Amino acid sequence: MLERINRAYGWIDKACKTLGRPVNIMEVCGTHTVNIFRSGLRSAMPDGIKLLSGPGCPVCVTDRGYIDTVLELAGRDDCIIATYGDMIRVPGSKGSLEELADKGNVKVVLSAEDALGLAKNNPEKIVVFVAVGFETTTPATGIVVGEAEKEGVDNFCVFSNHKMVIPAMRALLSSMNHKIDAFLCPGHVSVIIGTDAYACIVEEFGRTCVVAGFEPMQIIEGIAAICEMLACSSPGLGSIYGAAVKPAGNVVAMGVIEKYFDLVDGNWRGLGEIPASTLKLKEKYSQFDAEKRFAIDSVPDEDLTGCRCGEVLCGLIDPPECQLFDNGCNPDKPIGPCMVSSEGACAAWYKYGRKRKRRTQ
Amino acid sequence: MSKKIMLAHGGGGRLSAELIDKHIVPRFANPILEAMGDSAKIQIEDKVAFFTTDSYVVKPLFFNGGDIGKLAVYGTVNDLLVAGANPIAISLSLIIEEGLEMDVLDKILDSVAIAAKDAGVKIVCGDTKTVDAGSADEIFINTAGVGEKMAGAELSFDRICPGDKIIVSGSLGDHGMTIMSHREGMKFESDLKSDCASVASVCKAAVETCGADVKFMRDPTRGGAATTLNEISVSASVDIEIEEAVLPIKDSVQAAADMLGFDVLEIANEGKVVIVVSADKAAKCLEACRATQAGAESAIIGTICEKNDEPIVELITRIGGRRVVQMPYGRELPRIC
Repeated sequence: MLERINRAYGWIDKACKTLGRPVNIMEVCGTHTVNIFRSGLRSAMPDGIKLLSGPGCPVCVTDRGYIDTVLELAGRDDCIIATYGDMIRVPGSKGSLEELADKGNVKVVLSAEDALGLAKNNPEKIVVFVAVGFETTTPATGIVVGEAEKEGVDNFCVFSNHKMVIPAMRALLSSMNHKIDAFLCPGHVSVIIGTDAYACIVEEFGRTCVVAGFEPMQIIEGIAAICEMLACSSPGLGSIYGAAVKPAGNVVAMGVIEKYFDLVDGNWRGLGEIPASTLKLKEKYSQFDAEKRFAIDSVPDEDLTGCRCGEVLCGLIDPPECQLFDNGCNPDKPIGPCMVSSEGACAAWYKYGRKRKRRTQ
Repeated sequence: MSKKIMLAHGGGGRLSAELIDKHIVPRFANPILEAMGDSAKIQIEDKVAFFTTDSYVVKPLFFNGGDIGKLAVYGTVNDLLVAGANPIAISLSLIIEEGLEMDVLDKILDSVAIAAKDAGVKIVCGDTKTVDAGSADEIFINTAGVGEKMAGAELSFDRICPGDKIIVSGSLGDHGMTIMSHREGMKFESDLKSDCASVASVCKAAVETCGADVKFMRDPTRGGAATTLNEISVSASVDIEIEEAVLPIKDSVQAAADMLGFDVLEIANEGKVVIVVSADKAAKCLEACRATQAGAESAIIGTICEKNDEPIVELITRIGGRRVVQMPYGRELPRIC
């Protein structure tokens, strides 16, 4: 392992020398962010490497308007809200699902399948599945909608805010003030979309993309692979997660997404509206679409005063640069979504990066 | 919105601590309570008695490696043992939901009897209440226990000092991950098994071998080792350094935790003890713990250090990095993907 680390550090050094400035690498995925912190990798990285946390935590990029709508639905006596655990602490303008959970109609589920199970077990209630997540969770939502249709479970519906990773990466690179040299691409999402999906980032924007798994050694080698390409001055596409990720991805799962969802423009917290980035149920499945069922109109978006989650998500600032960080905003009383999710950049900085921050102050 | 009790208030993390410190302890302020030990130390004439209580609301009632009855005995007995007391007797109070199968109740009570016999305590008093269907979840159990001082035990936060070593008596996270794997919706097959057991042999071995060199003991239950280590750090006003490479964690527990995005250090244990022992006697203490069946996988996981500014627990990771081990929030939420 030491030999691998040393080899990796060799490439990192070379890249820094070649570029003559720090190398900015964005890890797109929240799981990478957390594992980078949890493994203490930041503190072990050479100075020339700057790791930026990207918009790959589904909770963090969910806009406040969506949360407020979920809270409104949770206030109805005829609804059960089925949600992934991370979502229950996200603050809307009037509290969070966790604070509303005393009515007993907010249920944490681990899968879309469990949400459908809730609907079957509670025929007198309408179960609304809070469907968030990237390409990893979207196929499961689609499959469950198919099951609900087949079995005639008409008290089940989906409030879809599923998102796609590539449009967000494109939006970041289209912004003038980004400082991203390369992306460390998420292992799980890449299993579904495949490495070829990143070709447009390399070709159109000249940015290197390397897919890596989540073990610390994989992350180090992913960073090294990026540096190797940067040192050779040729942006490229790579994967060191070859065992799980195929160039074309999981064709079946992508087919499920296409079958059940339409790609529409969508709001991302911090990034604003991104064209063709959000997945909504197709008209054909509108009976399972919460937006149709409850006549949910436009979902207003409103960012909070002082909260700089948007800039954090774009890799423009590190969380401690936000004036609210540890100053009114912490994981117990989060203001912005990056502090809520265990995979949010602010929560990870707060949870694992505290000592370092104090030492530098 | 007025403040309400949330599930996280009972999770053994920061919210639990806040509830206890702000709402409970100040109302009943007295030196015995304020010591915040696992058991209260009460002077009765010239003798010291140890007294503790705990309630058990685990779901499911039966899980691989144990059940609510076994847990209710060992949980309370362990709170006495880690405080340096030999358990003598416990009470047993049952709050039963209307409709619970009598067979289920019998099975739980049999389990209580077996565990009490194993732990060498008598069930000496008790209470039974039933509530309407829906007012409880099948059965809740409360036990309280009394014990007498273990010969040679001198345990308190203020005896902990820099240089002391930290021993953990075996693999971490077994109980919590087992419970989570059983809960509704988590459908993975595994060989996870709760560590629910008495820590008597380990505590006694440590104290008998090292006496007053054993500074402090605590069972890392709710909130896991992260909570216990943070409590030690804050209460003893010291920093703590632990090493990831030497933490005893089973592969199956690590895999399940990774899948759900949990940190094993924050996961509950029900048959383990964290022991703070002087550096001089650490090796001897480790040997004594390892000689017991329950402590065969004991390991020295870290060191007590001088406090820098505010007390902090730090983990030295496998790749040589460092990161903080924070007091958990109280309700760990599985991640989305």
